Amino acid sequence: MMAQIQQEKDRLDLAPKKFNMWIFIFTSFMFFAALTSAFIVYSGGKGHGLSINLPGVFLYSTATILVSSITMFLASRAAKRLQFGKQRLFLWSTIALGVAFFALQIYGWSLLVNMGVYFSNPNASQSFVYVFTGMHLLHIIAGLLLLANTLVGSYRNVPQVKNLYGMEMSGIFWHFIDIIWIYLYVFLILNQK
Amino acid sequence: MSTLTVQDHGVHHDDHGHEHHHHDTFLTKYIFSQDHKMIAKQFLITGILMAVIAMILSILFRIQLAYPDKAFPLMETLLGRFAPEGRMDPNFYLSLVTIHGTIMVFFVLTAGLSGTFSNLLIPLQVGARDMASPFMNMLSYWLFFLASVIMLSSFFIEKGPAGPGWTIYPPLSALPKAMPGSDMGMTLWLISMVLFVASSLMGGINYVSTVLNMRTKGMDLWKMPLTVWAFFLTAIVGILAFPVLVAGVVLLIFDRSFGTSFYLSDIVMGGVPQSMEGGSPILFQHLFWFLGHPEVYIVIMPALGISSEIIATNSRKPIFGYHAMVYSLIGITVLSFIVWGHHMFVTGMNPFLGGVFMITTLIIAVPSAVKTFNYLATLWRGNIRFTPAMLFAIGLVSFFISGGLTGIYLGNAALDINLHDTYFVVAHFHLVMGSAAIFGMLAGVYHWFPKMFGRMMDERLGYLHFWLTFAGAYLVFFPMHFMGLDGVPRRYYAFTEFESFSRWLSVNTFITWAAIVSALAQVAFLFNFFYSIFFGKKATQNPWNSNTLEWTAPVEHIHGNWPGEIPTVYRWPYDYSKPGHDADFIPQTVPFSETMSSNLPHDFEDNPVGLEEHNKWVSTQRSEEVK
Repeated sequence: MMAQIQQEKDRLDLAPKKFNMWIFIFTSFMFFAALTSAFIVYSGGKGHGLSINLPGVFLYSTATILVSSITMFLASRAAKRLQFGKQRLFLWSTIALGVAFFALQIYGWSLLVNMGVYFSNPNASQSFVYVFTGMHLLHIIAGLLLLANTLVGSYRNVPQVKNLYGMEMSGIFWHFIDIIWIYLYVFLILNQK
Repeated sequence: MSTLTVQDHGVHHDDHGHEHHHHDTFLTKYIFSQDHKMIAKQFLITGILMAVIAMILSILFRIQLAYPDKAFPLMETLLGRFAPEGRMDPNFYLSLVTIHGTIMVFFVLTAGLSGTFSNLLIPLQVGARDMASPFMNMLSYWLFFLASVIMLSSFFIEKGPAGPGWTIYPPLSALPKAMPGSDMGMTLWLISMVLFVASSLMGGINYVSTVLNMRTKGMDLWKMPLTVWAFFLTAIVGILAFPVLVAGVVLLIFDRSFGTSFYLSDIVMGGVPQSMEGGSPILFQHLFWFLGHPEVYIVIMPALGISSEIIATNSRKPIFGYHAMVYSLIGITVLSFIVWGHHMFVTGMNPFLGGVFMITTLIIAVPSAVKTFNYLATLWRGNIRFTPAMLFAIGLVSFFISGGLTGIYLGNAALDINLHDTYFVVAHFHLVMGSAAIFGMLAGVYHWFPKMFGRMMDERLGYLHFWLTFAGAYLVFFPMHFMGLDGVPRRYYAFTEFESFSRWLSVNTFITWAAIVSALAQVAFLFNFFYSIFFGKKATQNPWNSNTLEWTAPVEHIHGNWPGEIPTVYRWPYDYSKPGHDADFIPQTVPFSETMSSNLPHDFEDNPVGLEEHNKWVSTQRSEEVK
């Protein structure tokens, strides 16, 4: 038995892959850090602030994605407790909330356009709002695909190790894009004037 | 409980042998391979091809500089509409310098260098079966390949490739109508670079994860070869810097195609004021150089790691100051992120900020000097074997010194007012990161060729290649310092037509011929490389009597690297010429219990039991001597 464990050791391959996800999150974080730094450099150097009040819908979208993080957590917990029905239910609700978030952000854009805040804008501070939200939505799409992949795996009854692995990978990513959105939102709120 | 494992690709079954696990077809073995050794070769060969192309581009623009008013009918045959009546089109000249720079910096010295040697050496030297994610590794190569194809395809479009220089400053890069090189070629450049960054990040993520998670038993961080340290830190720099370039490029794409004005302001084209306003071109420079400066360390650090390994092995001496070498690499890694402003001293930067960037820039000279002195101290009184790899590694040290010294002048905010954008800069970075890094890469190719292809490269051709390239590189780049001191600006199509610079024409001709000779010298390398893959002398398992783990793996490549268990590591990788041992090298896999005669008390710093055994052994030896 011991010998077997020893031999298996160099085949244990999921931990490094999970680590890959953490490093990827670092790269993503650097990307958003660069964008927000660019905003600071731009608005500081040019004296153009955002000078608008963000539409209230962004508060609702923030709430939506916060709740989706909770359902994600519940799905992971259900998966660990072998409650697969519950896992699927919570995964479905996370995906639904993610789609809702997506829709709310797009709605936010339409409100911005109605306010006369266009993407193509001589005050690039206002263009940055679209860049932040748009780039974040790309991450949301990636996150939704990851979640869908995990959900499909769960319906196909993949081995529990893989199921948990999928849950952890998509969970890490989903919580990350949640946190990134909160960062962007707070950043925008602090710079609205 | 940990017996639960998951069948996955790239996971090797020792007990079943290969015939069970992989049915390699040509496609999975050579094309869509997930084996890090094959991916390394793919990176290397693509890198070499890209290097040859970029070198030919440089010869083309060198010919233009040396003979600005001669017409070469052959050029029209080769380049068609880019050289009407045998004289190069000025816009095509700009495209040539742009694509030469881009290919050399990114495709050769980033992907070609890190991609090849990190892929080959990280798993083999830390004792892993493969990368953390072999699939991502494969994807990394194929994105790189796609990026290369797109970059080269821009030669076949009507207006030619991108022309705003490899730094793609707006507004030239942001206004498609600004010049021919700003149009479709620039778009392709941007697409290619986005793919390239994705490739680099995938590679880098894998390298970091593999080094941190998949080291074999006994391989703690302080037992890693300096190559692995260098690749590891390079990957970290890439992971932190490349996303920032993506951010800058995303904004640039919006400016180009969606009418935003992040970087554009007060533009007048053909006498007509344009609608863009409020943007800041300096913002792009900040974003670009936040990547751009770390990028030069991404280029040089793997080369430094490779030469550490080669110099220690071929001096038959432990590397001088192993810890200092690691700490200086870490120092360079950290400092590389806070010096980017020295590329922007003359953008109207606040002089106080310029002073800050000047100080951080000059501090980077300290770890660089530590490394240089350690190389020299390793060579000092070594039992030096001048293999071609060793010559190239020493060549790297030479270029690193002579190019590094001029960096101290350029890093000075006041001197930079005179020197920026002159040939002095061109001379500086071609020596310190161009020549030095390519010499590190070539050293690595000569040294690890037996590991990659199981055969040896020809030494005589290697010597020929080295001396011609070494002399050639100095003859090309050294005179450029003086041109720069005279104020000759870089990227000019025919600066010798200005009366004040016309005296430099003879120097230009000289440089061009030196460049042609050193380019021809590369034929010796190319022949040697491709001939030796098929017909070279068969290599032994450890041809250089080296200590590191990769030489304990069989010559025949197998998926999973080692046939049985992965070897365990007991000592650091630089036990060369250890007094008291019968051979002049002790591989990392040899336990101290087998080398009692050469053990020293400091080998057992964190091992009291071993120290006790050692002391016992020493005292019995002494008492026997007394008898």
